[in-house]
Amino acid sequence: MALIQEKIAAQFPEATFEEGDILLVNIPDAKWHSLAKTLRDDADLKFDFLVTIVGMDWPEAYGCMYYLTSTEHNTHISVKVTAESRENPMLHSIADLWSIAGIFEREVYDFFGIVFIGNPDMRRLFLSIDWKGYPLRKDYDESPELNPVTTESERQSDFTNTWVEEADGKIVKKEERVFAENDFVVNIGPQHPATHGVLRFRTAVDGETIKKIDVYMGYIHRGVEKICEKLTYPQTLHFMDRLDYFSAHPYHHGLCMTIEQAAGIEISRRAQVIRVLMDELSRIASHCLFLGTFCMDLGATTMLFYTLRVREQILDIMEKTCGARMTFNYDCIGGVMQDLAPDFVEDVKALLAVIPKNIKEYNQVFTGNVIARNRMEGVGVLSREDAISWSVTGPSGRGSGWACDVRKTDPYSIYSELEFDEVVRTEGDSMARFKVRLDEIVQSARIIEQLIDNIPEGEYCVKVPKVLKLPKGHWFRTVEGCRGTFGVYLESDGTTSPYRLKLVPPSLTAAAAVDHLTRGSKIADLITIGGSLDYIVPDMDR
Amino acid sequence: MFDFSILTNWIHSTLLGFMPEWLAVTAECVLIGVVLLLVYALLALFYIYFERKVCAAFQCRLGPNRVGPFGLLQSFADMFKMLIKELISLNYTDKFLFALAPYLVILASMLAFAVLPWGNGLQVLDFNIGIFFLMAVSSIGVLGILLAGWSSNNKFTLIGALRSGAQMVSYELSIGLSILTMVVFAGTMSVTEIVQAQSNTWFIISGHIPAIIAFIIYLIAGTAETNRGPFDLPEAESELTAGYHTEYSGIHFGFFYLAEYLNLFIVSGVATLLFFGGWMPLHIPGWEGFNTVMDYIPSVIWFIGKAVVISFIIIWFKWTFPRLRIDQMLSLEWKYLLPINLVNLVLMVLIIVYGIHL
Amino acid sequence: MEVTTKSMPYDAWKDNEYIEGLVKQLQESGTNVIVGSLDKLINWGRSNSLWPLTFATSCCGIEFVSLGAARYDMARFGWEVARSSPRQADFIMVAGTIVHRMAPVLRRLYDQLAEPKYVIACGACAVSGGPFKKSYHVVMGCDQIIPVDVYLPGCPPRPEAMIYSIMQLSRKVKVEKFFGGVNRQEKQEEFLKSHPIEGVQD
Repeated sequence: MALIQEKIAAQFPEATFEEGDILLVNIPDAKWHSLAKTLRDDADLKFDFLVTIVGMDWPEAYGCMYYLTSTEHNTHISVKVTAESRENPMLHSIADLWSIAGIFEREVYDFFGIVFIGNPDMRRLFLSIDWKGYPLRKDYDESPELNPVTTESERQSDFTNTWVEEADGKIVKKEERVFAENDFVVNIGPQHPATHGVLRFRTAVDGETIKKIDVYMGYIHRGVEKICEKLTYPQTLHFMDRLDYFSAHPYHHGLCMTIEQAAGIEISRRAQVIRVLMDELSRIASHCLFLGTFCMDLGATTMLFYTLRVREQILDIMEKTCGARMTFNYDCIGGVMQDLAPDFVEDVKALLAVIPKNIKEYNQVFTGNVIARNRMEGVGVLSREDAISWSVTGPSGRGSGWACDVRKTDPYSIYSELEFDEVVRTEGDSMARFKVRLDEIVQSARIIEQLIDNIPEGEYCVKVPKVLKLPKGHWFRTVEGCRGTFGVYLESDGTTSPYRLKLVPPSLTAAAAVDHLTRGSKIADLITIGGSLDYIVPDMDR
Repeated sequence: MFDFSILTNWIHSTLLGFMPEWLAVTAECVLIGVVLLLVYALLALFYIYFERKVCAAFQCRLGPNRVGPFGLLQSFADMFKMLIKELISLNYTDKFLFALAPYLVILASMLAFAVLPWGNGLQVLDFNIGIFFLMAVSSIGVLGILLAGWSSNNKFTLIGALRSGAQMVSYELSIGLSILTMVVFAGTMSVTEIVQAQSNTWFIISGHIPAIIAFIIYLIAGTAETNRGPFDLPEAESELTAGYHTEYSGIHFGFFYLAEYLNLFIVSGVATLLFFGGWMPLHIPGWEGFNTVMDYIPSVIWFIGKAVVISFIIIWFKWTFPRLRIDQMLSLEWKYLLPINLVNLVLMVLIIVYGIHL
Repeated sequence: MEVTTKSMPYDAWKDNEYIEGLVKQLQESGTNVIVGSLDKLINWGRSNSLWPLTFATSCCGIEFVSLGAARYDMARFGWEVARSSPRQADFIMVAGTIVHRMAPVLRRLYDQLAEPKYVIACGACAVSGGPFKKSYHVVMGCDQIIPVDVYLPGCPPRPEAMIYSIMQLSRKVKVEKFFGGVNRQEKQEEFLKSHPIEGVQD
């Protein structure tokens, strides 16, 4: 950390530093772009993975927190940039350095109204074009009269805005076309069977070949981050079930860990083991559902029913312990809600016995099928560099040869003691993404096998103060959700509810990469690529 | 074997007894029309039920079992609902073509019904180019699909229709060539004569290698002709919502729905006719007792039974394989099936010339 | 008249008073024998062939998938023909949260459905906004946009509850009248009149 600090300080004397879990660099906006370039390109720094951009409304100014990770050195850094003006906040864009930054900046613009100079596509991301106000600002007017429910079709603009800094330092707004004038644009979604929820692709096609895709999100944007600011810490937890409803346990785990770290709560080993068991069980269930829905997208409907069988078995286990089929709300601050059900161990062992048989069956039914191979192999190839640049994490990133499993790179809970392989494939196509998930089921089963016989005795939940107040400060934690790196940014002002809770979903980046992956493919490939990236729309929209 | 022509002749002579010939012929035409329509509807309903049950069995489910005994009345309920469901008239569409398209699709399959050999002497049209007629009318269906896609004024239906056009035109070739192979083998285009020629051994056995190749190609191309999985690109659920019939509602959609299943039956029926002896019972040379027992089973049951078995195979395809992509589907036809088919045709000619068939 | 379905005793239903009220309302005007039995036939067909629209926005949609799978198997009732095109479906199961941006889309989907059409508000979000009551972007109940026939609470409702809700819907369909008399669709027209879309003429 000291080396990084020295290196930056030598080049940017105006930068100030704050030590912490993750090194924080303060930099004025004018220098930010060149610092970003240095951070990315310098051989000793190599911060090539942009984890997230957190928009902030601090009492003094609007600004952003940038979280960066070096995939080569496995180091983390955060950068804080504030906008000078409060009325007309503007920052410099880094969309030219990281492909994903463009989407992250659109999100910040949508929520905080911070304009990014140089971003080629500065439209709202989640909210409709006529939405009044920027909802995550602290002074946002929430009255329903301002933004009433409408049944009129949303206004659609063919143009996008950019703010460009001219040679004399003047900033001008320009309008540009999203599609070429004579493009044949097909609207896929939001109500469409292949989009896995309510995602909308405006697709310019030439015959069956895709020229460009414009992704519209926000059809299930529920404003979770804003609601959380009004709730106490234990209350915020239950939204984690409803983001990515397949990785409810890992998401809970992530938020609980962040709050526990902030509050200085140590949880018992039994609770840790239970959390990891539940994480891995839900990972198996989630990947099973992925296999099923992906095959259904490709037209092999029957596979869905075979994979759902295993999922139902896991849901049974969950139901006995957590009392629900999907929205468990099981992990709580200090441990878990209830103790394990009496026959938990027995049920899990029965599950472990059927998994190898089922995987063999899936391979026989689908993986070896010549049509399936033709549909998947070489379709939607994502190179390792692109995966990092688009921040496509999780199994999709690992299918491109990027070892990005948080359980290995940054082990949390008891993962460092466990024996399992990180599944990485180098092909980067849809087949690789499919196979990575298939193999991860085996690895998760392996983890469960190690733990199931040694669940330690002890309390499942430590005592936590009834009214939980966190000290002032900010924390950032990542965990491995079923679809990739899930990050939690928590900022506290010392009260019982968070000042800002930013959730970093893996699905957002995956959906953003669809345009890049589908250029020049067929319409049918869009379905394959979308399916293999396995995004969950409520997760990306929050 | 009971010859149904005795029955039809009796009806004809009875009618002639009390009315002039032109009236008798008209009455018979009406009668046949009604019977065909009835058979048509019942078969479609049966097929819908059959597919739902078969697919349920593949997927470890039960399938319809609440409406009527074993859910047998499920498709009747569906039909009643569909008949009285609203027909939505759309603005900015070609109204005439929009309304015409489903009837064209239905017409194609109705006409094909006329030449199928339902049983011994039970055939509506019997003339010397029956097979040719069958191929000609079954290709009208693609016109209906193209019109439906075009006139709906919807981008999804248009893509569906274009896919369908490309698919049907290419696979028609394979169907034609594999039928041609069997016509060469039979030496006739008359449906009756083809069936009669198989009274001892079915063509699939007597034609051995080229017949089996022709059958496999026919089965693949037939699946594609009926727009069923893995070739269901024109109505690919996950890509084009409902493909070319996205904008159709009520009974107009019902026609497409029925025609899909009827086409399945027709494809299986033609396969039965060409490869499995039409209504001919299973005869094994030398087994006199067995052959006599087989003869007692009515010929209609033989025909429909064989067709259902072949349909079962096609349904099996649908619920097992993933869908092909449009370019893969076309390359399968033009790069593989067509050349194999041409070689197979030559092989069949050689086999006939040298007389090495059974 | 006891309105029930196969192998479900009448007393096992939860809200018989509501259905009885509907039946009473229907019989006030009296029924013609021929028309009445035709009505019965049509209602038998309609109530036994409810095809859902594939529509899901969030968690409830996954439970709807489970409903189709082998354990719960909605195909037993003939509901498995999920149509992707709204023209061919009979009812929308509003499975999941409806947000401001989705509201016009849902309304359009409803308008695209062919008559007779029904709506089930599935899950807490679709009934009332549910856990997202405090949100700035969530529609507090989809009955603000489209008329709802059956409300189904739960977050998400279990597949068994979904089966029950569709059975309730089919019971409601059974007491409809196709030929004249009191018809559910009149209420629907009232609703649509009170929730007009600007700039669109019927």
